[in-house]
Amino acid sequence: MADKIATRQAYGEALAALGEKYTNFVVLDADLAEATKTILFKKKFPERHFDCGIAEGNMMSVAAGIASTGVIPFASTFAIFASGRAYDQVRNSIAYPHLNVKIGATHASISVGEDGATHQSNEDFALMRAIPGMTVICPADGTATYACVEAALKVNGPVYMRFGRFAVPYIYDASTLKFEVGKGIVLSEGKDVSIFANGLMVHMAIQAKEVLKSEGIDAEVIDIHTIKPLDEQLIVSSARKTGAVVTAEEHSIIGGLGGAVCETLASTCPVPVMRVGVEDKFGKSGKVPVLLEEYGLTVENIVAKAKAAVAMKK
Amino acid sequence: MDKKQIELIKKEANLIRKDIVEEVFCASSGHPGGALSIADILAYLYFHEMRIDPKNPQWEDRDRFVLSKGHTCPALYATLAERGFFDTSLLKTFRQADSILQGHPDMKHIPGVDMSAGSLGLGISTACGMALSAKVQNKDYRVYSIIGDGESEEGQVWEAAMFAARYKLDNLTLFLDFNGLQIDGPIEEIIDPAPFDKKFEAFKWNVITIDGHDIEQIDKAVQEAKKCKGKPTVIIAKTVKGKGVSFMENKVGWHGKAPNEDEYKQAIADLSANEN
Repeated sequence: MADKIATRQAYGEALAALGEKYTNFVVLDADLAEATKTILFKKKFPERHFDCGIAEGNMMSVAAGIASTGVIPFASTFAIFASGRAYDQVRNSIAYPHLNVKIGATHASISVGEDGATHQSNEDFALMRAIPGMTVICPADGTATYACVEAALKVNGPVYMRFGRFAVPYIYDASTLKFEVGKGIVLSEGKDVSIFANGLMVHMAIQAKEVLKSEGIDAEVIDIHTIKPLDEQLIVSSARKTGAVVTAEEHSIIGGLGGAVCETLASTCPVPVMRVGVEDKFGKSGKVPVLLEEYGLTVENIVAKAKAAVAMKK
Repeated sequence: MDKKQIELIKKEANLIRKDIVEEVFCASSGHPGGALSIADILAYLYFHEMRIDPKNPQWEDRDRFVLSKGHTCPALYATLAERGFFDTSLLKTFRQADSILQGHPDMKHIPGVDMSAGSLGLGISTACGMALSAKVQNKDYRVYSIIGDGESEEGQVWEAAMFAARYKLDNLTLFLDFNGLQIDGPIEEIIDPAPFDKKFEAFKWNVITIDGHDIEQIDKAVQEAKKCKGKPTVIIAKTVKGKGVSFMENKVGWHGKAPNEDEYKQAIADLSANEN
């Protein structure tokens, strides 16, 4: 097994693998099957894959119609179109009647790279989690992605799953991973600061812990793959223990994981929270490592924010 | 269909129209004009054509109906109530805070509503999804939907039109309620979405144009649509907005306005005159 995989690739592989076990789902795409990797499912189950063409709004409402008849559709396109262009359809056709549609949103945020700002969804968590009844998940690696797709099938209602274009290291082992929607995964315990991360920031958070350790700070690292429903219990208990929090996500610092954690802690356990994310800016074209650096989506920034949070403790 | 059946459907359509007026009057709000224009189509579908069971609204093999022009739901609610999906006394609660009868169709709470709708252009796509799902599952149910002529200004209508043709959704029959008026005025003065027949033909649909208040023509068109294989059918139904209520007919101002007490009485009197 390769040591890295893009979660979009893992998504396509998961659909293809799960297609045999679960015969009650179909896959929709919007002329991006090669990119979203639903092509892997299409090759195996051509009669269960429907290309909707470049018409994401129609695709989402079609998905709602399919779901209303008891068949589960996975609707796939880039995150920017799934959450942005088709917002009305996701909100009104899918979420308002709480229909069983699974949205596979790939190519999320900055790590799209060269395509630049119009294709970099830094706001999709915020948009999707504001919709009542929507489940929002952003898995950290290939193993979690497979588990996420299977778990989403068992959720009765709409699920927004967010995947990346850029290859990320494997963190989890399939034989030991316990992936539960709405439950964070404690990757390592600590007592000085809590780092809540998701998506491609999780492996950086793990590295940040090591750097912090060498500087005498004991960080707790938790993968909050489900932004909604948020694992408030785990977040509050960790924050109570450490008294300082850092959030890390490949998303705007407004309205995503950082926003959700702040909202939760403000009313239950107010502690210093520093947010790592895109700081209210549009993205731009460039090589992914260069962009991650430029937008502060780095191990160094997590470390710096962790120290700042610790320093703010009373 | 015979004369007796036609008379029965006409009677139901008139009842539906009276209910529409009642609903909007009681709510002091709502959209009577475009509801009155589709009453005959709904009466035909629900009292003659569709395979439904009011006692089992979630029946898997039922025919489906999507009111894409969701704001005209007083017509749908009246139809469902008269057909026995829920009690007609509920119609007076339309748009009230403690009522299931929401301002736009809500499939989660209203028995018989197959799809929530309201944001224009979305319903036709959901109908496509239902029709596609029938093909996937090898089921023989049919899907009906009504869009507005103004609604066809939404780009999604044409995304859905392409989709339905591409996937040969011959189990989908779409009505286009061609009453010629939208909120801001006559459709040709706003953005002029016509001609509908040539547009749908270009989108590879089977196109039938009828008088949307003539039960025999509705019947003929629907039966013809069922025989058409390999493509979806659109029935362009020429209608009168506000049909049946003298002072509402062809008046743009009655798109989304409730009658006052005098107007309500006049409207009911107009419709009662049809009962003899």
